[in-house]
Amino acid sequence: MSPILQGILTIAFGVGGCVAYFYGSNWVLDKVIFPPKPDDNGRNINRATIVRPWLFLFPAMFALGLYLVYPVVGSFYRSLFNRAGDEFIAFGNYTQMFSEEGFRIALFNNFLWVLVVPAAATFFGLLVAQLTDKLKWGNIAKSLIFMPMAISFVGASLIWKFVYANDPDIGIINALRDFFGAAPVDPLQIPFWNNFFLMVILIWIQTGFAMVILSAALRGIPEETIEAAIIDGANPFQIFFKIKVPQIMGTIVVVWTTITILVLKVFDIVYAMTGGNFDTEILPSYMMDYMFRDDGRATAVAFVIMIIVLPVMIWNIRQARKEM
Amino acid sequence: MANLKLTDVAKTYGGTVEVLKDINLDITQGELIVFVGPSGCGKSTLLRMIAGLEKITGGTLEIDGQRVNDVPPAQRGIAMVFQSYALYPHMTVRENMSFALKLAKKTPDEINEAVNRAAKMLQLDQYLDRLPKALSGGQRQRVAIGRSLVRDPKVYLFDEPLSNLDAALRVATRIEIAQLKEQMPDRTMIYVTHDQVEAMTLASRIVVLANKGIAQVGSPLELYERPNSEFVAQFIGSPSMNLLPGEITGTGEQTTIKLEDGGQAVSHYPTTDADMGMKVNVGVRPEDFIETEGDYVYHGTVDITEALGEVTLLYFRPDAEGRDAVIAKLPGIHKDVRGKDVRLTATPDKVHLFANGTSLLYR
Repeated sequence: MSPILQGILTIAFGVGGCVAYFYGSNWVLDKVIFPPKPDDNGRNINRATIVRPWLFLFPAMFALGLYLVYPVVGSFYRSLFNRAGDEFIAFGNYTQMFSEEGFRIALFNNFLWVLVVPAAATFFGLLVAQLTDKLKWGNIAKSLIFMPMAISFVGASLIWKFVYANDPDIGIINALRDFFGAAPVDPLQIPFWNNFFLMVILIWIQTGFAMVILSAALRGIPEETIEAAIIDGANPFQIFFKIKVPQIMGTIVVVWTTITILVLKVFDIVYAMTGGNFDTEILPSYMMDYMFRDDGRATAVAFVIMIIVLPVMIWNIRQARKEM
Repeated sequence: MANLKLTDVAKTYGGTVEVLKDINLDITQGELIVFVGPSGCGKSTLLRMIAGLEKITGGTLEIDGQRVNDVPPAQRGIAMVFQSYALYPHMTVRENMSFALKLAKKTPDEINEAVNRAAKMLQLDQYLDRLPKALSGGQRQRVAIGRSLVRDPKVYLFDEPLSNLDAALRVATRIEIAQLKEQMPDRTMIYVTHDQVEAMTLASRIVVLANKGIAQVGSPLELYERPNSEFVAQFIGSPSMNLLPGEITGTGEQTTIKLEDGGQAVSHYPTTDADMGMKVNVGVRPEDFIETEGDYVYHGTVDITEALGEVTLLYFRPDAEGRDAVIAKLPGIHKDVRGKDVRLTATPDKVHLFANGTSLLYR
């Protein structure tokens, strides 16, 4: 069977199955289990109302349990065993890992990523959102900036491989250097700074996301508060920083933390660009290095990542709830 | 200290859509001017043009003899109170009120003094450290007023400040604004509203806007007693003035009119012999009608009555298709008149005359 046909069939079965489940289970509940009875109609309607939410929640809860809760517990359990998985070594994987330089580099780089990427993406997103707000062609600019969101990380990495290419005829950076008479360099091999060249890719992708959310938030600010500030004598910068930004602070935090969580999961960019060489490893790519070779170590890294993500996630969810 | 002069002020959007034109208005210091008019007549636009939030596309606006068309809002010496309060939601009451002063680089002592004084005037002392969301609607509007007070502007602009308040608070806040004005007799205020009661009670002069321009300017009672057109006559006063078609049959110091429906009216509007036979509309306010047994201005069958206690509104059955129902507002309770024929008259000083929409007093 051709892959396209397979895909279409999968979508049809998936979507059709969802519809069938919700429609069918609802029908069974209303007509078979608690059918309206002429003498005591209200009681069965009330019973059905109590059961219905659980019925509808079941697929989501089941899937989350199977693919989220079980793996977390399972990973932790696996991380307490050795490479082959047949010997219990308690926290041996963890102590071993923390003593290795590779892990420390990955941890430090990841720290840099978390510091730089969310800040830069949110900042540029906010900047674009504000600058395009009143422009006639602002929507065109926004669509262009949003477009990288539609590209997979690996695809984006390939594009940027061209940007960073060594050959001045291909890579724009070396083309510029060539124009000024400098010898070509490989940006991805410059120690320490190569991390930032990789971050640029994710910033490029995530700015669009930040822009869309923050643009909507900026639109939601009551126009009168801005007019009141104008009358109060605020200049455009003061209006932006003292009136607009504080009013969308909640949204900014949500965007920031959402990107932070994403950063802690991204491995594709490093994997595709440098393969973790030249000291560009970050935790997820470090984990990928060990996966299938040493599952004890890989799950231990996964667990460390989860511990780091957890507080950010809790904060993110709290903020998002406050916004709603 | 603050005279405003509007000369031929006009507003067009995109060069084609004309919203206001030929606005000429002199506002002297200490006046409380109220802009009223039907929805969409441009009263808020005019206020926003004075504030500097909308560009003036024609004519000049002068404050104290200085052309301010292109002066930024903050430097015009104005403060504005918005219908939606427009408080900064992330700032406490104190921060809201001191924001403008901080921007103006006043010292902390000056700011504190101004804020405390304004807070005292508006009874906001206890709420200074609260956020706007912890305040009621009336309190929020007081903060908005306080925010303009601390700046001590030459001109206060109010854009329907009471529209978002419930009825009881509206009355209370209206009285507060009136008291505020009394405490600051030399400050000029411009107030936009669609509420007649606000206009009548607060204004030293009312500006009625209609048809892209000013219909009439005058003190509340002037507009009520001597409207210059049918539009103003019907716009001021509630329910609206009744208009009855007729023909002038006697001229002189007083004018006698024979009405199409058979009634007869005498008006205090003077006319000349040349006006004999002129077709006019006779205007009588519902509250000026008197029930009578003898000669009548109007008689008809009562369709509906609304007893409000101190007065009863009588809605008469329209005499002809498309004619507005005549309304009379009689003192006391008249429950038994529904479906009956009632004769109404009015004293000559309450009878207005209009020809082609214009009052005969302003020919």
